[in-house]
This record gives sequence, C-alpha cells and structure tokens, in this order.
Amino acid sequence: MSAVLETRALAKSFGGLLATRDVTFSLEKGARQALIGPNGAGKTTFVNLLTGVLPPSSGQVFLAGEDITSLRPEARVRRGLVRTFQINQLFADLTPIETLALAVGERLGQGKEWWRRLGAAEPMAREVDEVAARFGLGDVLDMRTDTLPYGKQRLLEIAVAFACAPQVLLLDEPAAGVPEAERRDILDAIAALPADVSVLLIEHDMDLVFSFAKRISVLVDGGLLVEGEPSAIAADPRVRAVYLGESGHG
Amino acid sequence: MATILFDGVAYGMLLFVLACGLAVTLGLMNFVNLAHGAFAMAGGYTTVLLMDRLNVPFLACLPAAFVLSAVLGLLLERTLYRHMYGRSHLDQVLFSIGLVFMAVAATDYFLGSSQRNIHLPPWLQGRVEVLGVAIGLYRAFIIVLCGVLALGLQLALMRTRFGSRLRAAVDDARVARGLGIPVGTIFAVTFAVGSGLAGLGGALGTELLGIDPYFPLKFMIYFLIVVTVGGTSGIAGPFLASLLLGIADVAGKYYLSSALGGFVIYVVMIVVLVLRPQGLFARAR
Amino acid sequence: MKAADSLARRARWRWPEIVFWLLALAAIAAPAGKHLILNEIAILALFALSLDLILGYAGIISLGHAAFFGFGAYAAGLICKYATADPVLGLLLAMLLSAMLGLLTSLLVLRGSDLTRLMVTLGMALVLHEIANALPQWTGGADGLQGMAVGPLLGRFDFDLFGRTAYGYSIVTLFVLFVLARRIVKSPFGVSLMAIRRNSLRASALGVPVNRRLIAVYALGAAYAGAAGALLAQTTAYVSLDVLEFNRSADVLLTLIIGGTGWLYGGIVGAFVFKVLQDLLSSGAPQFWLFWLGLFLVVLALVGRDRLHGLVRRAMP
Repeated sequence: MSAVLETRALAKSFGGLLATRDVTFSLEKGARQALIGPNGAGKTTFVNLLTGVLPPSSGQVFLAGEDITSLRPEARVRRGLVRTFQINQLFADLTPIETLALAVGERLGQGKEWWRRLGAAEPMAREVDEVAARFGLGDVLDMRTDTLPYGKQRLLEIAVAFACAPQVLLLDEPAAGVPEAERRDILDAIAALPADVSVLLIEHDMDLVFSFAKRISVLVDGGLLVEGEPSAIAADPRVRAVYLGESGHG
Repeated sequence: MATILFDGVAYGMLLFVLACGLAVTLGLMNFVNLAHGAFAMAGGYTTVLLMDRLNVPFLACLPAAFVLSAVLGLLLERTLYRHMYGRSHLDQVLFSIGLVFMAVAATDYFLGSSQRNIHLPPWLQGRVEVLGVAIGLYRAFIIVLCGVLALGLQLALMRTRFGSRLRAAVDDARVARGLGIPVGTIFAVTFAVGSGLAGLGGALGTELLGIDPYFPLKFMIYFLIVVTVGGTSGIAGPFLASLLLGIADVAGKYYLSSALGGFVIYVVMIVVLVLRPQGLFARAR
Repeated sequence: MKAADSLARRARWRWPEIVFWLLALAAIAAPAGKHLILNEIAILALFALSLDLILGYAGIISLGHAAFFGFGAYAAGLICKYATADPVLGLLLAMLLSAMLGLLTSLLVLRGSDLTRLMVTLGMALVLHEIANALPQWTGGADGLQGMAVGPLLGRFDFDLFGRTAYGYSIVTLFVLFVLARRIVKSPFGVSLMAIRRNSLRASALGVPVNRRLIAVYALGAAYAGAAGALLAQTTAYVSLDVLEFNRSADVLLTLIIGGTGWLYGGIVGAFVFKVLQDLLSSGAPQFWLFWLGLFLVVLALVGRDRLHGLVRRAMP
C-alpha cells in the first residue's frame, strides 16, 4: 500500500447540511496532486477534517496506514500532516526567525523547554538557517512578519509548514493574491519541494493546477465528482459543466 | 416557603429589568459594558433626590428615572460608546470599568457614601395574606410592572419593525447598512432604552436593594450572570436566568448563610459557563 | 549561523534594564522614609507581572486574578501561624499551593470566549472570597487574619517598622522571579505562548499542544500571584478579606494596562505609576484618585493602548 494519506467514507454535516459526503480519497507517496472545486464545494471543510480542526460525523482518516481520526491537530502535525493557510494567518508581530524557530523547536520536542533560551540548541538554529535559505528568507529574518512584502509572507507560510518536516503537505491556495512579480518565487519554491514530500494543492488558479499536478481530484457539493490525470480532467464533460461560467481563464 | 418563592420572583423580575439593557448590548451587540449598573444607579438617585428634595410622588419618579437614565445613555453612546463597538473585549472592559470608577467617585463626592432609602407611599406598604401566603404589596407591584415590561420588550423585539431592524443590524452591521438601515441610530436608540430600563430598575430597586455609590460594582456580577447564563440569543433566556437567580439568591440567603448563598450562586455560574459557554438557554449550535 | 546569532541577540540584557535593577536593589540602602511605599510597589509589580504572563503572553483575560493573590496571602498567613515562621520557606510553600490551585482552575479557562473567561475568573475570585468569609475560624473572617509572628529573614534580618527589610525581601524576590520569567518568555516555551495568544489555531497547526501550554502558564501565573500575596501577608503580618476583592483584580489589570502588556516591564512601570499617583491624588479626597483613574482608563481605551506604549517600549526589550 503506497497511499500516505487516505480517507474512508468521510462525512461531515452541520445541522442538516451535508458539507462533506462520503469522501473516499487517497494520496500516493510522493504525489503531486491537486484538489479543485467551485466555491462552496466543501474544500475548506475537507481540509479541516483532514487536519483535525473539525471532527467528522462519520468515516476515518489514515496517515501512513494509521488511523488518526481521533488525534488532535497538533498530534497530526507531529506525525507529518501539515498544512499552509490560505489567507494570511502568520503571527504578525513575530519575526520570521521566531516563527521558524517555533516550528522547528516544536518538532524537535523543545517546545516545553522553559529553562533555556530559544536558539540555544545548536541543531535547531542550524535547521532554521537551512529552511530560511531554501525559501529565500535569509535577508528578512529579523523583520516583523507583517512588514514583509506579501510574496515573502507567502513564502514564509510555506517555509513554516516545511519546517514541520511534513510527510504530507496541504497547500491551500499558496499563490493567492501575490503580485505577478513575486509569483515566480512561490512557484519555484513549490516545484523544488523534495520528492518524498507528498503534496496536495488546494487551488482555484487553473494555470497553477495544471502546471503542477500529476493528478487532480474534483470536489463538488461535498463529494468527489471525479479523479484522474490532468488531461482526462480537462476533457471531462462533467467538470466542464461544473466550471462553465466560472473564472474566464479556467 | 411560598413567601420566599414570591420574594424570589419579585427580586428576579427586578433583576431582569435592571439587566435587560445589558442583555441587548452584551448579548446581541457583543459589547462588554461593565458600566451598565451606573445607569441603574442614576435612576435610583434620581428617585431618591426627587422624593427627598422636591417631594415628588413615587409613581412620578419612575418615568423621570427612566427618561433621565435614557438621556444619559444616549449622550454617552453618541459621544463615547460608539467608538468602542468594534474594539477588543479587553479595551471594552477597561473603558467601561473607567466609566464605573468615574461614576462611583463623582456620586460619592457629591452625594455622600452612605446608603440611601426612600419612603414608599402607604398604599404600597405592608403585606396581605392570599391563600395563606404573606404577600408584600410592593413586591406584587414590582412583579406586575416588570412582567408587563418583559412582555412588551419581547413583543417589541420580535414583532415590530424596529425589532427586526435591530436584529438585522446586530446580525451583520455592514449588510444592514447596505439595506438602508440606519445602524448607528438604531444602536443609539437601543442603548438609550436599555439604559432607561436600567434606570427604572434602579428606581424600583431603591427600596429593596438600597442605593449607594458602589451600587454599579456590587451588582455588576449579577447583571453579567443574567446575561451570560441566560444566553445571548434573545431576552427570553435572560428573563428565565433572572428568575432563577432571584429565587436562588433569596432562598440561599434564607436557608444557608448569606456567604454560603453567594458561594452556591457563583459555583453554579462557573459550572454552567464551563459546560455551556453559550449560556443555559441558548439554542444549541 | 545567522539564526543562532540573531536568536542570541534577542535575549540579551540591555543597559537600561541593568541600570534599572541596580537602582531598584540599591534603594534597599537608601535613607529610611520611602521603604513602605516601595515595598507596596514591588508587591504590586510582582502581582502585575503574574498577570502579564497570563494575559500578555498567553492572552487569557482575567477579571479575578486576586483569587491567586488572596489565596497566596492566606496560605502564607496560615503557614506562618501553624507551620513555620520562616518567611522564605513560607513564600515557597504559598507559591506551590497557589500553583496547584492554578493547575486545578486552569481547566475552567481553557475553552470559551473572552467573555466566558472573564466571567469564570471573576466567579472564581468571588467563590474564594465567600469561602474566606464563611470560615472565620481559619481566616478571621471580616476581622482579618491576625497574630502572624513572622520570623527574621534568613534567620538574621528582623522586619523593622520602617520597612527596610520588607522592601529588601520583596525587591529581591521580585528580581529573582523576574529573571526567571524573563528566561521563560525568551525560551521555546515562551515563543509558543506568544504564538498561541496571536492565533491558537495556527499555533496548533505548527504542532504546539495549545491546552498543555495554557495550563502550564496559568499555573505559573498563579504561583507568581500567590508569591505577591504571600509577600504582602508576611511584610504586613496581616491578611484581610480585601486581598480577594474585585477591586484588587481590577487594580492589577489597570496597573498592567498602564505599563503595557506582553513585555514583562509593563507590570513594574505600571505599579510605579499607579502607586505614586495614588499616593499623590488620594491625599486630598479619596474619590479624586478613583475619578482620575477612571478618566485615564476611558481616555486610554478611546485613544488606543498601542499608541501610548509604542513610545516607551522602544527603550526596553
């Protein structure tokens, strides 16, 4: 079994409303997969179920073959299921170095260490340097996060998730709202993610989806409509019907 | 036993009138106004001063207390409160504690720190025996008056145009503005009415609770309990919570000591809030 | 190793801090006369520091922080009367007991909105107040806990009438606990708290166990508040019911707000300003003080706290 992330008959209802219906989904190890769907298709709910922010009404989530349905969000992160956030949810008045040190430190189990200075542990500091270099953040490490250019903030978002050492990385609209000039950096950073990290891209932007994904899942009305190779998805009449009238360049 | 229940209901009704303005500002508009009791105090002192100095009859003092507190509320809302609506709860707490301190200090300075009482007209004094239960006339008066007010408020909120506009404004101020609803005016009027009712409650409560400059602080926790335990989705919850609190308080002080009675109430409040943060009577979400 | 240097710089002591502590400690030897009020300032500063850990670093609003202050004060009083007269031992025991109370009650403030937390903390303090009032055989009830015979500090320094020993004891305690708190907020644990305060959902998405961290810092804040209460009890040899009153919870919140939250020195600056102004303004009529304090709060809230504090904060870490 090479699926690293799997859901079985996952469902969530709010009151009478079914936001996620019976989703059985899998992500292969090393995947470059995209999850698309029109507004209101239930992508956000699905991601919240995967990450453990919401408990499902029924069904299960597996990570590397283990049932993680009942685990809290932070426990899932420690097992390597990590997400980025769509709108900016970084810690505005912390610096990138503090944010990265926090993420790396938590992963190394240093988060409860109250007796020593942040950064006193050398392997941690070294790793922060590596992550910062990888995402081109070396020259802004000591600035307040909310003063960074937007593109850098989005890079930090991905860098922080990367610092959690993900097996599975859920990228939620990583390039949304980024000015054209800075967009390239983000696409490059995503393309350069190590091959053993499995990536699920949740995205509206079809250019990005089709340039990145080897496989695409389409979510409509809370359920999986179809899955397949990009060319098959592009040709699928049901997908076309759903997206007809959506954004012009789709 | 029945008398205690009766006294408890009267006390609870009074609490409701005192706190229902807060049920709207805190419950619906999500504004933590710890200074709510100051408006009640204004009503109480209005009554005391009018009766003592100008010999105004008690019944005429009640509308006066309402109007004065409402005007005070309107002035403060327009000048100060409206700037604080969108702010953090901590800022709202600081702001309203500051107002309470100013009110307490000013009242203490101008009117003295001793507790003031009023003399009720003779026809409201004494007790009558109904079916073997001793019933205080003044408490019966409070129950009737406050009951009518509660009913009127519920109808006003649910049935009138103003009520539906208020609910729309509270739900989403931006959308409401887009629909042409004058949100600012609605909030101001609501705030004024809430303050006026608190003033009326203060006037009615002067006889039962006594009034002194520390009134807003002493009763702050009770008002907050009514609103948070009652839930924030309307005024029916706070009404029930007021009754429960009133009965529990009177019974607790009678059957236990006054210290233990308070103890029980606060413990129950904590338990309710921890188990049901949305309040006891809020609709489950 | 850019990151290592940068993180080390972040925790370095700056010279204004060092000057401040040297002055504060040197004041022990100052001519007699001001030690009583300095002692009060040091105790209030420690109390406000404890609230800063909870509110400024972990973002838990409390309107009942006096619960821990009062608990620590009564604990120290009872320990002194029935267990040991040694002040330092009593202080440590009172802190330990307060931390345990904090640990227990932390479960009540983990969930819920600001409003629920505000009400639950307020209720906690009221409950303790009622308990203290209802047990006069232990607490002395409304008359207060009397008959504490506090032993000499470290077996050598008797507590004097002018408060020199008292101030020395309080300021050294404050200093030691401050250094500890400073270390804690600059640690990985401290950064995780800062992250939780800003966005707890985001923090848990980085693998931070939010609840456990909140419980830990709440217990720590309780221990610090208990220490402040214990200092008051020991240096005045008296505990009255007002250690648990709402006004004390409000005062400490205001003290911290005056000095600014989330930078540890806020409590100290606030305590100094608060006590000095209180001393000046209540010499006329006591109502003046309350009125000006209220006015200050209203203006501060209307103008915005950040604007005022941005100016002061640049000089310190």
